[in-house]
Amino acid sequence: MYSFDYVKPGSIDEAVAALQAEDAQALGGGQTLIPTLRQRLAQPSVLVDLGGCLDAGVASQDGGCRIGGGATHASVAASADAPKWLRAVADGIGDPQVRNRGTIGGSLANNDPASDYPAAVLGSGAEISTNARTIAADDYFQGMFETALNEGEIITGVTFPKLEAANYQKFDQPASRFALVGVFVGKGAGGVRVAVTGASESGVHRWADAEAALAGNFSTDAVPGAPSADGVISDLHGSAEYRAHLVAVLTRRAVAAAG
Amino acid sequence: MPKDQGIGASSKRREDVRFLTGKGQYTDDINRPGQTYAYFLRSNVAHGKINGIDTSAAASAPGVVGIFTAKDLEAAGGVPCGWQVTDKHGEPMKEPKHPILAEGKVCHVGDPIAAVIAESLNQARDAAELIDLDIEELPPVIDMRAAISGGPTVHDEAPDNICFDWDFIADNKEAVDQAIAGAHHVTTLTLTNNRLVANAVEPRCAIGEYDAARDEHTLYTTSQNPHVIRLLMGAFVLSIPEHKLRVVAPDVGGGFGSKIYHYAEEAFVTWAAKAVGRPIKWTADRSESFMSDAQGRDHQTKVELALDENGKFLALRCETLANMGAYLSTFAPCVPTYLHGTLLSGNYTTPVIHTNVKAVFTNTVPVDAYRGAGRPEATFQLERTIDKAAREMGIDPVELRKRNFIAPDAFPYQTPVAVQYDTGNYGATMDKAVAMADLDSYAARKTASEAKGKRRGLGIASYIEACGIAPSSLVGALGARAGLYEAATVRVNPTGNVAVMTGSHSHGQGHETTFAQVVAEMLGCDEANVDIVHGDTAKIPFGMGTYGSRSIAVGGSAIVRSVEKIIEKGKKIAAHLMEAAEADVTFADGQFSVAGTDKSVDWGTVALTAYVPHNFPHETLEPGLEETSFYDPANFTYPAGAYICEVEVDADTGKVDIASFVAADDFGNVINPMIVEGQVHGGLTQGLGQALLENCVYDENGQLVSASLMDYAMPRADDMPSFGVDHSCQTPCTHNPLGVKGCGEAGAIGSPPALVNAVVDALSDLGVTHIDMPVSPGRVWAAIQAAQN
Repeated sequence: MYSFDYVKPGSIDEAVAALQAEDAQALGGGQTLIPTLRQRLAQPSVLVDLGGCLDAGVASQDGGCRIGGGATHASVAASADAPKWLRAVADGIGDPQVRNRGTIGGSLANNDPASDYPAAVLGSGAEISTNARTIAADDYFQGMFETALNEGEIITGVTFPKLEAANYQKFDQPASRFALVGVFVGKGAGGVRVAVTGASESGVHRWADAEAALAGNFSTDAVPGAPSADGVISDLHGSAEYRAHLVAVLTRRAVAAAG
Repeated sequence: MPKDQGIGASSKRREDVRFLTGKGQYTDDINRPGQTYAYFLRSNVAHGKINGIDTSAAASAPGVVGIFTAKDLEAAGGVPCGWQVTDKHGEPMKEPKHPILAEGKVCHVGDPIAAVIAESLNQARDAAELIDLDIEELPPVIDMRAAISGGPTVHDEAPDNICFDWDFIADNKEAVDQAIAGAHHVTTLTLTNNRLVANAVEPRCAIGEYDAARDEHTLYTTSQNPHVIRLLMGAFVLSIPEHKLRVVAPDVGGGFGSKIYHYAEEAFVTWAAKAVGRPIKWTADRSESFMSDAQGRDHQTKVELALDENGKFLALRCETLANMGAYLSTFAPCVPTYLHGTLLSGNYTTPVIHTNVKAVFTNTVPVDAYRGAGRPEATFQLERTIDKAAREMGIDPVELRKRNFIAPDAFPYQTPVAVQYDTGNYGATMDKAVAMADLDSYAARKTASEAKGKRRGLGIASYIEACGIAPSSLVGALGARAGLYEAATVRVNPTGNVAVMTGSHSHGQGHETTFAQVVAEMLGCDEANVDIVHGDTAKIPFGMGTYGSRSIAVGGSAIVRSVEKIIEKGKKIAAHLMEAAEADVTFADGQFSVAGTDKSVDWGTVALTAYVPHNFPHETLEPGLEETSFYDPANFTYPAGAYICEVEVDADTGKVDIASFVAADDFGNVINPMIVEGQVHGGLTQGLGQALLENCVYDENGQLVSASLMDYAMPRADDMPSFGVDHSCQTPCTHNPLGVKGCGEAGAIGSPPALVNAVVDALSDLGVTHIDMPVSPGRVWAAIQAAQN
């Protein structure tokens, strides 16, 4: 990797200030950033480690939960204060090393088009808190690796609502074990939401046709056939048609498992 | 009661103490005083003309010790190829130069262009980024069919990109054509044997060092055969006399073939260490391993099998395109030819066989032997085709194989493809596998799978391999430019303990344990009293190293021969001590005795006396107790077996789960059953990894798409079932002293067709007749869609 400076601020304000430096880069759990640095694919001037200032806790809240931006996947997976469906999502991310280092804030700020948390956040209708504001999930995800975050804006927490039924179905890409396709189905006060990760060239997104069908009939029979393969990722692990097919299969399975 | 030591005991692997406690000494663990670091600037295009390399800015970067390009290496030779194939017109194969650093053009992504030596690796990398390359991109050729059909030319020496066009056995061609033309049934199958990346846990590493005062070079390297590297590099590349060149291959973390070969980086650090007057270390990172380690397999084949109305095989015809990549790696030409064509008889009595192999240059990383090397390709062709024939003719796949097995009383069996099998019993391993797999209750398991919404499939495969790679006379006749014997020195120390210097090289196989068991058994001593030394040309006799499942069969036999000489010498000493006739002295359980008397001397006394020869008759008895043997066997060995795989396929997603896998192998006699079981587990996992997960993919521009472990799917523990392994069916090898055959590659040879046969079985009622490896979920789903449309 290239040389860089490293700071670990003790408060959010200090972190925000540190991130004003040109080519500064926030460091969460580093599960994407550190490999990127090692391959010399990024050259930040300074790494601002958020581990010293972010809340890493998990707390139940109004039947849902609030998770600090610094919470690791392992701590969410192990927390009795997180709903079971969310614990299952966290427990399926990466491997034990990744889960013990990676954070929810880091995952959402990166917004990898095949990662798991974006599907859970979008599919549950969660809210993302930053040092400056609160952003609804529908407004937050803006394409592959694109989010509503401004330069230097830091995710401080995520609030997941109470859901009556929810489930995340992930089909592993065999090498990376990221989601080849992942589907989160959530049914709550706001209706039925279906969020898809891994499939679209525009990143995580909602599947409106399925949501409409399931709103009146929350059963596997109601799930539509495969969505259009237009704009769906095609690579050595699966064609666009295959991924589109998986979206429907996994949605059915998520509905069935959500009960 | 199992033995607790010696031959047949499952002795714990002594080397694991250091491996599992972090005390192994791998090449990268070695650091030499004043050491510098090398970084290779590699091509990022698959094919291009080098118009200029400007290193001036890089040369003045901090920490730079030296920067080198091809023009600095004009006196050096190219990286040599160790095997010559003669094509069907009697012409030698096309052998374009493989320069250490690219000369005028680059031929694959990863081709090294320049090397930067600096005080630290980071400084070397920083400086490399300042090198200004002027490369004019040329259209690359990646696909083999395009390469031989007027595509761009990789090397001017081979304008049609064909390295050789090989017929085997040419004289059989007419008979095969006739048999196929007139046969009751002909099964045809076109298949691909997917390209693989070896991915040893330890990446390649090389340290060059030059001692100016002694004019001596040392290369520390990740190699399976240090003497082969010394010979190839010293004699053919750098013109360093062998007595001035030491090659050390210390602990090596897996090879699987990829560390047999002599690589450009080894020659470079050896040469450059003298040029800069400092030791130089180079360690590949994983990305470099993907684009610079020789890759495996990559064959496309059309198979035609002719059968009579009873399912007897009448003739076999195979036509293969074998990818060589951009340059000929050390043993590349022998893989699709003599390690492949000679195995096409399999376990069967097929009377006539003909194969044509066209070896093709493409703008991809060189391809060479990878665990099994040619034999997995042959086995996959045969066993997939036989399975298809069984389905087409409505014959049970076990029964069809049994009808065609070479009978146990037919050995030695001369195949129509040059090799002669010494011994075997293929029906026995098949019966054993069928029993282990509990096929009687298969129908119930299939029903249970269906109740879960899964399709269950059953796959059968037999295999045979020619391994214990040797003998010199045979491989010489087939084109090897080296002999393939093995060497061992057994040194008894004055206090009776034993050092064995072997030319075999352990890179995970457990030789230090297994070889000690053999010696302990023969000498009647404790295994702990035997030390195994390997991997250093300064310490061991000239040996050929480890590959082709040859270590116990060839290297172990060399040790046996030396121990036999030790015992003979010991008898002479004992006879002298007991004032008896040498012919009357016997040796058993560590005691030399005079037959028919109560006179005996123990091992320790004989050993000590050998080095304290106060009253030896020196005209007839030399001091010392040390013997060397070079063992060159009469034939290959022929391990064989039967594998049965059951899979569950989720037709909605295409996901294949291996429900069970049993392996019944005939390895002849077994030295350490636990180690053999481990070798089988590893081989099966690599074979099933190829069949289910692994795939090395280039795009049309020659960029490696599966260039990291994020896209190249290695098998993990949870991808594998709990294997059922058996090696009780033993037909000992008839021509080596231990009766052993070798077990390292078997699992990787027999398992791919077993798995693919099972997947096709699960989907056959949908109309699926074949899926190429890896049978990934996307491919399975696509095959179902294609069959139904």
